[in-house]
Amino acid sequence: MLRFVGRKLLYLVPVLLAVSVLTFLIASLLPGDLAYVILGDQATPEKVEALRHDMGLDQPLLIRYFHWLGHILQGDFGRSFRTGQTVLQVVAERLPVSFELMILAELIGLVIGVPLAILCAARSGSAFDRFMTSTAFAMLSMPTFLSAILLIYLFAVSLRWFPATGYVPFSEDPLANLRFMVLPALTLALAEWPGIMRVLRSDMIATLQEDYIALARAKGLTARRILFVHALKPSSLTLVTITGINIGRLIGGALIVESIFALPGIGRLIVGAIYTRDLVIMQGVVLLVASGFVIMNFVVDMLYAVLDPRIRHGHA
Amino acid sequence: MATLELGLDEGVAAAPARRRRRLGPVFWAAAGWMLLVFAVSLFADLLPLPSPTDMDMLERRASFSAAHWLGTDGFGRDELARLIHGARVSLFVGLCAPVISLTIGGALGLLAGYFRGRFETLVVGSMDVLLAFPPLILALAITAYLGQSIPNLTIILGVLGIPAFMRVARAATLTLARREFVIAAEALGASHARILLRELLPNVVLPLLAFFLLGVAVIIVAEGALSFLGLGVPPPTASWGSMIGEGRESLEVAPQLAFLPAIAMFLTVLSFNLVGDTLRALTDPRQASL
Amino acid sequence: MTEAPLLSVEGVAVDLPTARGNLRAVDSVDLSLGAGRTLGIVGESGCGKTMLSRAILQLLPKKAKLSGRVMFDGQDLARCSRETLRKLRARSIAVVFQDPMTSLNPVLTIGTQLMETLQEHLELDASEARKRSVELLAAVGIPAPEQRLAQYPHQLSGGMRQRVAIAIALSCEPKLLIADEPTTALDVTIQAQILDLLAREQKRRHMAMIIITHDLGVVAGRTDEVAVMYAGRLVEHAPTQALFKQMRMPYTEALLAAIPKLETAPHTPLPAISGRPPDPTRPLKGCSFSPRCRYATSRCESEKPQLVASSSPDHRYACFHPIKHDASVGA
Repeated sequence: MLRFVGRKLLYLVPVLLAVSVLTFLIASLLPGDLAYVILGDQATPEKVEALRHDMGLDQPLLIRYFHWLGHILQGDFGRSFRTGQTVLQVVAERLPVSFELMILAELIGLVIGVPLAILCAARSGSAFDRFMTSTAFAMLSMPTFLSAILLIYLFAVSLRWFPATGYVPFSEDPLANLRFMVLPALTLALAEWPGIMRVLRSDMIATLQEDYIALARAKGLTARRILFVHALKPSSLTLVTITGINIGRLIGGALIVESIFALPGIGRLIVGAIYTRDLVIMQGVVLLVASGFVIMNFVVDMLYAVLDPRIRHGHA
Repeated sequence: MATLELGLDEGVAAAPARRRRRLGPVFWAAAGWMLLVFAVSLFADLLPLPSPTDMDMLERRASFSAAHWLGTDGFGRDELARLIHGARVSLFVGLCAPVISLTIGGALGLLAGYFRGRFETLVVGSMDVLLAFPPLILALAITAYLGQSIPNLTIILGVLGIPAFMRVARAATLTLARREFVIAAEALGASHARILLRELLPNVVLPLLAFFLLGVAVIIVAEGALSFLGLGVPPPTASWGSMIGEGRESLEVAPQLAFLPAIAMFLTVLSFNLVGDTLRALTDPRQASL
Repeated sequence: MTEAPLLSVEGVAVDLPTARGNLRAVDSVDLSLGAGRTLGIVGESGCGKTMLSRAILQLLPKKAKLSGRVMFDGQDLARCSRETLRKLRARSIAVVFQDPMTSLNPVLTIGTQLMETLQEHLELDASEARKRSVELLAAVGIPAPEQRLAQYPHQLSGGMRQRVAIAIALSCEPKLLIADEPTTALDVTIQAQILDLLAREQKRRHMAMIIITHDLGVVAGRTDEVAVMYAGRLVEHAPTQALFKQMRMPYTEALLAAIPKLETAPHTPLPAISGRPPDPTRPLKGCSFSPRCRYATSRCESEKPQLVASSSPDHRYACFHPIKHDASVGA
C-alpha cells in the first residue's frame, strides 16, 4: 500500500511543477505591457520604466519564475495591484461559492444518475432501459448554456419559481442562498447525470452476471439487498473516479454557469482578472485551480484502495 | 478420475460471430442532418437570402413572415440568414480545430504508443499538465490577449484538443503494436518509419476518424459557449452561440430568438455524436476478434 | 417408495435461443429424490447437468425457457410467484457453487455473507445471527471462527472458502442441498475433506443432496443413486452400486473404462472415448451417443431411445442395446 502511494506521489511532484511553469508562462509571455496597463493614461516612458523596475518586470524570465515560485512555496501568492487584496483573500471569498455550486451540482447529478443506473441495470434490455439510455445520450449532446437557457425560460421566466441571477451567501440567508443556487446547480447537474448513469449502469450490468450475485439470489435475499449491498459496491469503482474527476473539473470550469447566473465564483474571478490584466490574481488562481485538479486525481487514485479491499491487502 | 473435458461450454452457446451493427433509421437521420447543415453552409452565398448583417431597426424581433421566414433578431437582421451563416462558422471552427488536434495529437499518440519508455512518459505527462487547466479559461486567456478572430479561435481550440486525440491514438497503438502483423514486419527487418506508416497508421486512423466526429461535436459546443459569452467569434458575424447569447435578452418577448439557434446547435451536436459514436463502436480495435 | 419424493422433476426441458438457433440444454428429464437421500448427477462438460440444477433452483438465465414441472414438497416451483420462491430459498433448497472465489462476494466480509441469510430467513437479530454464524463456521471445521467473521474471502484458502460456502448453504437447515461441482476448483488433497464434510452434515440433518460432477470418483461410495446425463438427456439412472457393477448404457461403460486403474499394467493406453458430443443446436434424430458408440446399429441412428426400466424398477436406461450382465456376476 505504501509503495502504491509513494509511486503516485513521485509522479505528482513533476506534474505540479510543470503546471506552475505553464501558468507562469501564460501570464508572462502574453502581449500587452503590464506597466502600461496599470498606469493607464498616466503613462509616461519614465514612469513605465520605473514601475517595470519596481515590479521586477525587467529581469529575465527564469529569475522571475523562481522568484514567484519561491513566494508561492512560502504561501505568498501575491497581491492584486488593482484591489490590493492578496490572492488568498480573494480566493477565500470566491471559493465557497464555486464549492457550493460544485457540491450541489454533483449531488443532484448523483441523486438523478445513481437510482436510474440501478433501475436500468436491473431491467437491462427493457423498454425503460433503452429509453433512459437514449435520453442520457441526448443529454450529453446538450451544451451547458443551452440547458441554462431552457431552465431560465422554464423556471424563471414562465413559472417564476426561481430567480435567474443573483447570489446571497449561505451564512446570511440559507433559504435565499438555495433559491439562487437551484437553477445553476441544476444546469450543471443535467450535464453530469448522463455520464454518471452510463458508467454505473454498465459496471452494474457486468457485476450482475457474476457468480456471487447468482448465489445471493439462490440465498433468497431481497432484490433490494442484492442491488444495493451486493452489486453496488463492487460496481462503484469507475463511478468514484468519474465523480472525483468531475468535482475537480467543476471547480474552475463552471465559468459558463457562473457567468450566466451572475454568481461570484472562481470562474468569473479568473475571467475578470484576464480582462483587467490583473496578472497576479490570474496566475495565482489558475495555479490553485490546476493544482487542485491534479491533487484531486491523486486522491481518487487513493480512494480505490478504500473501495476494493483486495488492493488494500496487496492483492487485486 | 474420469474427466472427459471434451465438448462445448456448459449451457450458453459461445459468443456469436461478430454481429453487424445495425445502422438504423436514427443513424441515417443524423447523417442526413449533418449533410444538410454542411450543404447549406457551403452554398450559403448562393441561396436567395437577405444578408445576415443588414440591420433594419423598424423590423426588430418580427415574427415569421414571407419576407423573413424565421423572423428577425434584436437588430432587425434576418434570422434564417443568420442561422445559415452561423452554421457556416460553427462548421468551419468545428471541422478545422479537430483537424489540428487530430494531426498533432494523433502523431504524438502513435509515436508514444510505439516507442514507449521515457518518451511516452514525457508525452503523457505533458498532456496531463495541459489537461489540468480548465480549457475554457485557457482559451479565454489566449483570445483575450491575441484578439478575437475566427482563425485564432480555431487554433486555440485545436491545441486544446490535442490531449484527447493523443490518448485515442496511443490506446489504439498499444493494442495493435503487439499484434502479429507488426511483429512479422519487425522480423522482416522493417524500419521504424515503415512500420509506423505502413502497418500501424492505417489501422489507427480508423478509430481516430470516429473520434474526430465526436471532437467536432465538442468544438461546436466550445465555440458556441465562448461566443455565447461574447468572447468567441466577434460580432457582427453570426454564430449560433452569439445568437443564443443575444436571444437571452429577449426570452420574455421573443423566445424563438434563443431557441431557434439552440435547436439547430443541439441537433447538429447530437448528429455528430450519434454518427461518431456508432463509427467508434465499429472501428475500435479492441473489439476486433482477431 | 411409500412416501412422495421430496423433489420430483417431471418432463423438464430447457431451451435457450442463441444466434445459431435454439439450443436444447436439457431434454425431457424425469427424476425424483426422496428426503435424506443423495443423488449424483454425472456427465461431461456441456451435458446439461448445471442447467438442470439451475432449472431446479429456478435460476435460469433470462432468455431460457423452461417446460415441465419441478415439484418440491408438493409445490411446482416453476409456477410459484417470485416472492414465494424467494422465501423458499435457503430454508428449503440451498446451493454450493463450484468456485468459492467467484461465488463469494469479494467486497463483503464473511460475517456479512453468513449473517444476512440468517437475518433474512430466520429473522434473527444481529447478535443471535453472529452467535449462530460462529457455530456454523466451527461446525464446518474452520479454526478461529470469530476472527473469520471480519475477514474477506480473499484472505482465506480455497478449501476454507468452500467450507464457508457450505456453512452459508447449511445455515437455514435446508431440506435439499445442491452441490454443483463442489470440489472441482479445489486441490486434490482438500477434495476428500470437503466431500466428507458434506456427507457428514447431510447425515446429521437428514438432508437430501444432489452432487453434480464430471468425476465418477466423487459419486462412488458417497451417493445413494447416480444419474448419468449426455447431450441434455438422462441416459441412465440407478442405485450407485447397480450402476457401477451392472451398467446398461454403453456410455456409462465407456466412462467407467476410462478411469485409470491401479491394477492396469504401465503404459497401457487409456481407453478414452473418441469423438465429441453433438452440437446442441443441431440435435441428432437418433441416439445422441450413437456416433461414438461401439454397439451402434442403424436403429440407433434413426430412432431416439426412451428411458425405460430394466429388470429392477430403480434402474432406468435409454438404449436399444443395453450391456448384458451374467446373472452370476454380483448384484
